[in-house]
Amino acid sequence: MEVPILKQGAVLIATFQAALSDADLNQLRMGLVQQVVKFRSRAVIVDVTAMDVMDSFASRTLREIAHMIRLRGAETVIVGIQPEVAFAMVQLGLTLEGVATALDLEEGLAYLNEKFKTTN
Amino acid sequence: MPKRDGTSAPLEPKRNEEPSELLRELVAHLRQNRTQLREEWVVRITETRLLTAMTKEEIFAEATSVYDSYVEALETEAFEALQAYARNLSERIIPRGVETHEVVGIVLLLRDVLARSLFAKYQNDFKKLNRILDAYEPAANRIANTVAVGFVQERERVIRQQQEAIRELSTPVLQVRERLLILPIIGVIDPQRARQLTEQLLRGIRTNRAKVVVIDITGVAAMDLTVANNLVQTVEASRLLGATVIVTGLSPEIAQTLVTIGVDLGKMNTVGDLQGGIEQAERLLGYKVEKLAEPR
Repeated sequence: MEVPILKQGAVLIATFQAALSDADLNQLRMGLVQQVVKFRSRAVIVDVTAMDVMDSFASRTLREIAHMIRLRGAETVIVGIQPEVAFAMVQLGLTLEGVATALDLEEGLAYLNEKFKTTN
Repeated sequence: MPKRDGTSAPLEPKRNEEPSELLRELVAHLRQNRTQLREEWVVRITETRLLTAMTKEEIFAEATSVYDSYVEALETEAFEALQAYARNLSERIIPRGVETHEVVGIVLLLRDVLARSLFAKYQNDFKKLNRILDAYEPAANRIANTVAVGFVQERERVIRQQQEAIRELSTPVLQVRERLLILPIIGVIDPQRARQLTEQLLRGIRTNRAKVVVIDITGVAAMDLTVANNLVQTVEASRLLGATVIVTGLSPEIAQTLVTIGVDLGKMNTVGDLQGGIEQAERLLGYKVEKLAEPR
């Protein structure tokens, strides 16, 4: 399944679809980092609004993506986690520790703006 | 005892009445003597000091409908209808403060009053009295059972309803500034309420686009391990929605509990009291509160 990745200036926006297989997630992991390299992006926003379930594999993959992207000097923000999904995740102990999160795309961009302002 | 010619005589006269015929006879008797028996029953109710929450007129009115339903149940054996009637009756009298033992009590009194009247009527025909009682007793007991169960079911329904209402009322999620929510928790938190709190808060964060939440637990006396973990989970889940949580109002007892059970307090942002929590929240959101004049 193709995950659309849009470029918004120095930010890449990847919109995850509802039913991503483990294979899709693995592909994304490499694909996103390659895109960051190609466009010299400063940040990636991963929008998971459409995901109504987040298992441990997906959660771990997101953390790995964030770590790999940070090694390229870029920031990752996960946005759009649904209340029910968030609740289920913390009960399983999947806290996405060390990864920035925001309510939605708008908030994610606002967060990055603030961050870029202070680091410039 | 066998006769000499080889046949044997029956040990008792052949039964000429079916159980359902007996029941019909019994029902007819109860209907004929309705006024008197009902009056007697109400007297017994008053003597036994049941239904003290109701006036004599009210008791009489309810007694009439209960008596008629009782006799009808004996006649038709329609126990579902009786249970529905019992629930209906309960819905009326529970708000009046009538208790379970009173309802069971008055039904048993009616059973006794009617039984006595049967003793009186058939006192000269002991065998017939026995047959009548054979028909009456199982039905009467089933009626008492059905009414009691109907009453208890209704009570349980009311209690569940009240609990639900209390739960909803007691966990308000309040927006006090743009992007700032306050969740004041008061009373006892059990795991179910904790779960409901979390769900309500997460929905509130999304709806109000909150960036900071102050959870105040000044009004919570004690917390066990499960609930403490629920609190930590609430903080973590809120972060996944992009909101920072400040917990305020931890009592010394709860602080002790949390430390003792080893809750990871590094994951929790805590401030002493609600006022301090709101002030910190405002700072996080970039507000500055300035006093312009003295209060009038």
